Amino acid sequence: MSDYQYDNQTVKGFILSSIFWGVVGIVVGLLLSIQMWSPSHNFPPFFTFGRLRVVHTNGLAFGLGIGAIFGISYYILMRLTKRPLLFPKLARFHLHLFNVAIALAAVSLFAGMNQSLEYAELEWPLDIGVVILWVIFAVNVFGTIIKRKEEQMYISLWYIIATVVAVAVLYIVNNLSIPAGLFKSYHLFAGVNSANVEWWYGHNAVGFIFTTPILAMFYYFLPKSTGMPIYSHRLSIIAFWSLTFGYLWTGAHHLVYTPLPDWIQTLAIVFTIFLIAPSWGSVVNGFYTVGADWSKMRTNYLTKFFIWGIAFYGLQTVQGPTQALRVVSQLIHYTDWVPGHVHMGTMGWVTMTVAACIYYIIPKIYNTEIYSEKVANIHFWLVLIGQLMFSITMWITGIQQGAMWKAVNPDGTLKYTFMEVLSKNYPYWQLRTVAGLIFTVGMLFFIYNIHMTIRKGKALVAAKA
Amino acid sequence: MANSVLYKNPILFAVVVTVVVLIGTVVTLFYPMMTAEMHPKLEGLKPYTPLELAGKDVYQQEGCIGCHTQTVRPLKAEVLRYGEYSKAGEFAYDQPFLWGSKRTGPDLARIGGKYPDAWHQMHFEDPQSFFAESNMPKYGWLKNNKLNPSDVEAHMKALGFPYKPDEITALNGKSELDALVAYMQVIGTAVKKPAAQTE
Ligand code: HEM
Ligand code: HEM
Repeated sequence: MSDYQYDNQTVKGFILSSIFWGVVGIVVGLLLSIQMWSPSHNFPPFFTFGRLRVVHTNGLAFGLGIGAIFGISYYILMRLTKRPLLFPKLARFHLHLFNVAIALAAVSLFAGMNQSLEYAELEWPLDIGVVILWVIFAVNVFGTIIKRKEEQMYISLWYIIATVVAVAVLYIVNNLSIPAGLFKSYHLFAGVNSANVEWWYGHNAVGFIFTTPILAMFYYFLPKSTGMPIYSHRLSIIAFWSLTFGYLWTGAHHLVYTPLPDWIQTLAIVFTIFLIAPSWGSVVNGFYTVGADWSKMRTNYLTKFFIWGIAFYGLQTVQGPTQALRVVSQLIHYTDWVPGHVHMGTMGWVTMTVAACIYYIIPKIYNTEIYSEKVANIHFWLVLIGQLMFSITMWITGIQQGAMWKAVNPDGTLKYTFMEVLSKNYPYWQLRTVAGLIFTVGMLFFIYNIHMTIRKGKALVAAKA
Repeated sequence: MANSVLYKNPILFAVVVTVVVLIGTVVTLFYPMMTAEMHPKLEGLKPYTPLELAGKDVYQQEGCIGCHTQTVRPLKAEVLRYGEYSKAGEFAYDQPFLWGSKRTGPDLARIGGKYPDAWHQMHFEDPQSFFAESNMPKYGWLKNNKLNPSDVEAHMKALGFPYKPDEITALNGKSELDALVAYMQVIGTAVKKPAAQTE
């Protein structure tokens, strides 16, 4: 095991960094949710809603999400190749550079340096930093796989490779820009073309940051924590290839009824419907794996994290395609329905799955057990309740908003002013803050549990020495 | 099928993934990019003036896009509420496009010319004095931030927009708030519209 000690510490470093940025992002999320019903909670210039919203999305997608993806992928990589990382020092440097980049990213967004491309807000000097981080990751991923001591590449490695390749293509193309100063640039693309590039990127950021690397984790840790092999290897192969093929066609479902050419919208909608199949390939695979022995849901505390996580992924991937239909989009697009959709995915699927992986990894690194399964169960129920409450209130608000916006009197005039519709949102937005608080308390239980496990692990190591 | 060489050779695997990922990309992204359909421009559309561009920069800096859209869909109620639906050729000078995804506040695609400048100045100072239930933050503090004419000039050059030297000197003493108002007033004006019913 000692060969792995150094790399394990790198993995742990990524995990702790990811948790740290997660906390920052969640606290900002809480403030945002308050600002929506209490505008006096805007504190210019740095803490206004417009600037904070991107700190929230970037902090969580890149700080929490990518941090966890780097760390947990390294962990999976070592296990599936049966060797330490090929470049351990480089991986450690990767960790430090990652934290510097995220810190600078947060500062720059607070300062208003914003490309206004959703999920690609960072200005060009930071984009270059992100590309360097990605290249380092790719070098270690491919290097370690090439020098592996296990002939077959397990499913998780496919998803990691797909992530490395796809994110590189997406990120570079969408961030092509004309620098106009050290902290300012303009998109290389204009108007409808700019929109098409941005949402090709935007939807696939969801696909290759919030989906494929999380599936890599799911396919590795579900069998590990339950001791049951994946139900169908053949199904994983079909699901993998159809997912990677299908995703790239679908970005324009975000631009339904905009001036983007109709044929691109329609093609995107068709492929979006098709995506249900590969997504549910993984859902079915997960359920049938545990289906061999459902008692695991009770006896193994991690199983329920994974199974509920993949269940939310399943719901998400039915809801998403439904949203893309013109008849649905015209009602819910631009409303609070969409944040409801988003948070079921991010809180229910991504954060739940990542937390479960961390529960598995940290004790393994210290050769011990989790500090408290009971605390983990409390964490589970709180984040579940918080997330459901968040999503359900936002779905209701969204439908109400959409319906009121389009309501017309018999004489052909609009029934409600914009303000009348807005004022109806306040109770729901307040409930959302409560939901966010419940979720946050759940995450605090998680952090406490990890902290105590590490303490216990360190004491063990000290006792041995 | 799982025993094929593909699942044993990471480089081959990565190459195949790249090809698979690029098919949809070429059809829906690179191909249309080569056609005129993706580069439309309305006849009446003019590039931004230095003051307007500075205002657009402020719009981006403050993340207004997080709450406001700039595209009216061709749907009956939406045209009634905001005005003429958006045309592809209106956005030729928008790098990036600023259509947005969320209407916490109303759409702004037809805001240009709807109110006088003074209305905007006062509304930015204190949105709640116009609409008691608005949740928009106050932006009066933007008037303390003076524009830097040489920065704006560099931005105009980067985009290749034409300008006269006196348009740059005229920026002296102007604030970010002035610029933002100028930007508001030009949005959507390339399309002549029948007046919207309400805001
Ligand atoms: C306490 C927990 C959280 C709260 C209170 C919260 C609150 C919010 C709020 C108020 C918004 C803006 C919605 C709007 O503009 O209408 C938002 C957007 C967003 N949040 Fe969260 N959030 C939380 C957790 C998370 C987590 C854990 C993630 C990701 C891992 C996340 C990812 C996002 C994303 C991607 C958006 C953008 C959605 C869009 O553009 O449609 N949030 N959040
Ligand atoms: C087959 C799978 C999925 C499809 C087809 C899909 C489809 C969609 C559609 C059509 C929208 C735009 C809605 C609108 O604005 O009207 C959307 C937004 C979004 N979805 Fe999904 N979704 C899927 C899965 C997921 C998953 C797994 C996540 C994970 C977190 C996710 C996160 C998001 C985010 C973050 C946005 C908001 C983008 C923004 O407005 O800034 N989606 N999705």
